[in-house]
Amino acid sequence: MKPAPFIYHNPLTPEDAVSLLASNEEAKILAGGQSLMPMLNMRFVVPDHVIDLNNVTGIDGVTNRDNLLEIGAMTRQCDLMANDLVKSKAPIIPEALEHVGHFQTRNRCTIGGSLCHLDPAAELPCLMAAYDANLTVQGPEGQREIPFIEWPLAYMIPNLAPDELLTKISFRYWSLNHGFGFEEFARRHGDFAIVAVAALLEVDDGKITRAAISIGGANISPVRLVKAEEALIGMLANEDTYKVAADIAQEIESISDAYVTSQYRQRLAGTLVQRALVKAGDRVNRS
Amino acid sequence: MPDIREIQVSVNGEDHSAKVETRTSLGDFLRQNLGLTGTHLGCEHGVCGACTVILDGEAVRSCLMLAVQANGHEVTTVEGLAGEEGELHPLQEAFWKHHGLQCGFCTPGMLTSLVAFLRDNPNPSERDIREAISGNICRCTGYQGIVDATLEAAKVMQGRV
Repeated sequence: MKPAPFIYHNPLTPEDAVSLLASNEEAKILAGGQSLMPMLNMRFVVPDHVIDLNNVTGIDGVTNRDNLLEIGAMTRQCDLMANDLVKSKAPIIPEALEHVGHFQTRNRCTIGGSLCHLDPAAELPCLMAAYDANLTVQGPEGQREIPFIEWPLAYMIPNLAPDELLTKISFRYWSLNHGFGFEEFARRHGDFAIVAVAALLEVDDGKITRAAISIGGANISPVRLVKAEEALIGMLANEDTYKVAADIAQEIESISDAYVTSQYRQRLAGTLVQRALVKAGDRVNRS
Repeated sequence: MPDIREIQVSVNGEDHSAKVETRTSLGDFLRQNLGLTGTHLGCEHGVCGACTVILDGEAVRSCLMLAVQANGHEVTTVEGLAGEEGELHPLQEAFWKHHGLQCGFCTPGMLTSLVAFLRDNPNPSERDIREAISGNICRCTGYQGIVDATLEAAKVMQGRV
């Protein structure tokens, strides 16, 4: 037995999960378990209570409401990859999830777990930044909505009170003929990215009308390349234009760690922004 | 006070009822409570893939699940792959033929992962197979025998050999 002793709770509704969070100190939520279980096994976290969401009803699945995709927090990565709504409305999500862990871990990992764990290099937070997603959390007093830009408070710390539960993620999907590209660099396939880039483009008459570029792994939380997004508007969708964005990406503030310097991350960000935009542009031009 | 629950789990088609401490992983439960030591625990943090079992038809890491979470579910371990008379699963047969193992530590995870994979991808390319086992670490074989075995097992299972 690897984890330190804890008391296990198995709520069946989001309300019960929230009241368990509110009434127990030092409680941890167990979603897919693909990050929490290793941390429990290594005793990096030693909670007194573990609240398992796997039997909670009504917080998984994908729905389409008024051009919004609404995704339950307990929706597993494998189900996102296989979901027809996600594949047709937000095809960048299945493309990015190919990079996340391995198929055995994707069978358990949830979108809500990934967003709450908030690893700086994780793919799902990077995507939700690109979409300006809204996160719905439930607390003892009711629900509140948090735009993604306000979600990361610090390194791996989401904007979530100890008695709050993330229940839903929603975002407005892009036009049917938008282009998309997801690129990342990792030492081994399935590892966390050193840098990851998500790019979305809309083009009209050869000119870019809308762009979103999100960079994961470079800093402590995903960063939107707002300056480059603005610079692209009105320009021709071609490689010279993408170079402008790539040059801006090379200037972003980035972190150093024991393995990779910040300069290396900046170089990677530039290269990957270029590649992701080329991919997005090709896909727009084809449709 | 240890936190103990009673769970009912179907393992390899057999129903089990057991009392477990809630912090027990599914992998430890299979090995220690049920004596099914075919499931191997390597890294115990989800990286090596040796402990992979099939939960309700899907390959999952048994070190990254609590036994109590398997309550009411069906688990298949490597012991459950062979037929009733002990005849090897076509994938096991192919592993034997193509020398898809040396020390054998990773083998249970390879087999359970690939059985689930072949069900969803009955006609995989070599690349698909290498991607499927990218989360299963083997330090002996260099993977070549494993890939060859899986390619052949796919053909056999489709009746193409």
